Amino acid sequence: MGIRLLINLARFVVTYVIATVAVFLFMRAIPGDPAQIALGVNATPELLAKTRAEFGTDRPLIVQYFDWALGLPTGNFGTSYVTRQDISPLIVDRVQVSLILVLLAMVLALAIAIPFGTYAAVKHRNPSGIIVSGISQVGVAIPNFLAGILLVVVFAVGLGWLPANGWTPPGEDFGDFISRVVLPVLALASVQGAILTRYVRSAVMEVMNEDYLRTARSKGLGKLESLIKHGLRNASIPVLTVTSVQLAALIIGAVVIERVFVIPGLGSMLLDAVGNRDLLTVQSVVMVLVAITLIINLVVDVLYTILDPRIRKGA
Amino acid sequence: MSAEPVTASSTRRKLSVTLLVGSILVALVVLAALVSFVWTPFDPVQAVPQDRLQGSSVTHLMGTDRYGRDVFSGILYGARITLLVGLVAVGIALIIGTPLGILAGMRGGITEEVTMRGADILLAFPALLVAIMFGAVFGASTFTAMLAIGIGSIPGFARVARSGTLQVMSTEYIMAAKASSQSSWRIARRHVLPNIIGMVVVQCSVSFAIAVLAEAALSFLGLGTPPPVPSWGRMLQESQQFLGTFPMLAVWPGAAIAVAVLGFTLLGDGLRDRFDPKLNGDR
Repeated sequence: MGIRLLINLARFVVTYVIATVAVFLFMRAIPGDPAQIALGVNATPELLAKTRAEFGTDRPLIVQYFDWALGLPTGNFGTSYVTRQDISPLIVDRVQVSLILVLLAMVLALAIAIPFGTYAAVKHRNPSGIIVSGISQVGVAIPNFLAGILLVVVFAVGLGWLPANGWTPPGEDFGDFISRVVLPVLALASVQGAILTRYVRSAVMEVMNEDYLRTARSKGLGKLESLIKHGLRNASIPVLTVTSVQLAALIIGAVVIERVFVIPGLGSMLLDAVGNRDLLTVQSVVMVLVAITLIINLVVDVLYTILDPRIRKGA
Repeated sequence: MSAEPVTASSTRRKLSVTLLVGSILVALVVLAALVSFVWTPFDPVQAVPQDRLQGSSVTHLMGTDRYGRDVFSGILYGARITLLVGLVAVGIALIIGTPLGILAGMRGGITEEVTMRGADILLAFPALLVAIMFGAVFGASTFTAMLAIGIGSIPGFARVARSGTLQVMSTEYIMAAKASSQSSWRIARRHVLPNIIGMVVVQCSVSFAIAVLAEAALSFLGLGTPPPVPSWGRMLQESQQFLGTFPMLAVWPGAAIAVAVLGFTLLGDGLRDRFDPKLNGDR
C-alpha cells in the first residue's frame, strides 16, 4: 500500500510537470513580442528593451519556462504583461469562489444520484424506476448554462425570490451569500446529478447481473439486502471513476456558470484573460485548473486501490 | 431474478421505445440540417431592423431576435454546426482512444503506464479548457472547436476501454484462453472487444452528447463558431439580455440543444441494450 501510494504520488508529479511543459509551449505557439504588444508600434528601442527585461522575455525560452514552472507550486505566477498586475493574489481570491461552487454542487449532485440511481436500477422494470431514469435522461440533455438561464427566468425574473446574478463572499454577509449561491449551485448540481444518476443506475444494474449476487439471493438474502452487502462495493468502482471525471467536468462547467451568473471565480478570470489576450494569466489559470483536476485524480486513484483488492494485488 | 416472468417480447418492446424515440430526435436534427441546405423560411443571417423582437406568428414560427432575424431559420441552420462538430469530435476520440485503452489494459507494464499517463494529462485538459486555450492563442473558429472537443474526449474512451479490459482480463475465461495459448490479438478480438463494446457505445453516446454541449458552451462563451453564422449556443447567449421581456428567445435554442443531446443519448442507450447480452436475456 505504501509503495502504491508513492507510485501514485510520483505519477502525479510527472504528469504535472509534462502538463506545465505542454501549456507553456502551446502558449508560445504564436510568434509575437509581449513587450511590443504592450507598448504598441511606436515604442522606442530603448523602452522596448527595458520592458523586455522587466517582463523577463529577453531571456532564453528554457529559463522563462523554469522561472514560471518553479514559481507555480509556491503560488508565484508572475506579473501580467497586459494589466501589469501580480497574478497570484487574484488567483487566490478567485479559486476560493470556484471551489465553493464546485464542491457544493458535487455534494448535492451525489446526494441526488446515489439514491435515485440505485432506485432506478432496482426498480428498472417498474414504472417508478422508468420514470426516474427518464427524468435523469432529460436532465443529462440540458446544458448547465441553459439550466441556469431557466432558473433565472423562473426564480429571479418570474417569482423574484432570488437575485439573478452577483456574488457575496460567505464571510461578508452569509445570508446574502446563500441567496446568491443557490441558483448557480442548483444549475450545476441538477445537470450533474442527472448524469451521475445514469452511471449509478448502470453500475448497479451491471452488478445485479453478477453471479455472486445471484448466489447471495439464493442463500435467502433479499434483493436490497444482497445489493447492500455484496453489490454496492463493486458498483462503487465505476461510479468513483466517473465521479472523478465529472468533478473535472464540473470545474470547467463552473467556468460557464460563472459567466451566466456574473460570479468572480477562476472561470471569469480565465475568460477575461482570453478576451484581453493576456497569455501569462491564461496559462497560469489553466495550470491551476489542471492542478486541481490532477489532485482529484490522485485522491481517486488512492481510493480506487483501497476499494478493489484485485487492483491492489494485481497491477 | 425478479418475481415477474420476463419474456423476450416484453424486453424487446421496451428497448425499441428507447431506440425509436432516440432515432426520431436524431432524425429531426439531421432533417433540420439537411433542410437548411435547400430552404430556410428567411435568410438566417440577414438583419431586418423593422421586424426586430417579434413573438411567434405564422410568418415567424419562433419569432425574431434583436436584429429581426428569423429564429426558426437560425435553428435549422444551427443544426449543421452541431452535427458537424459532434461527428468530427467523436470520430477523433473513438479512433484514437479505444485501441489505446484496450492495449493498455491487455499489455500492462510500460505500455499501460505511458498510455494512461498520456490519458491522465489529457484528462486534466477537458474539451472546454483545450478549446479556451485554442481560442486564446489562435482565435475561435468551428475548426478549433471540434479539434479541441475531439482531443478532450480521447481520454474518456481510453479510460473506459482500459477499465473494461482490466475487468475482463481478471476473469477465468481469459485465463483459459491464455492457457490454450491464443494470441493476444485473438483474445482482444474474441473476448475483450465483445465484452467492452457496450461500454464503448455508451461512451460514444455520452461523448456525442458532450460534444454537442461543449460546442454550445463554446458558442455561448463566444469561443466557438464566430458570427454571423448561426449557432444554438450563441443564440442562447444573445437571448440573455431579454430574459425579462422575451424568454422564448432562450427557450428555442435551448430546446434545440436539449433535443439533439437527448436524441443521441437515447439512441446510444437503445443500441447499448441491443449489444449487451447481459441486459438482453437477463440470464
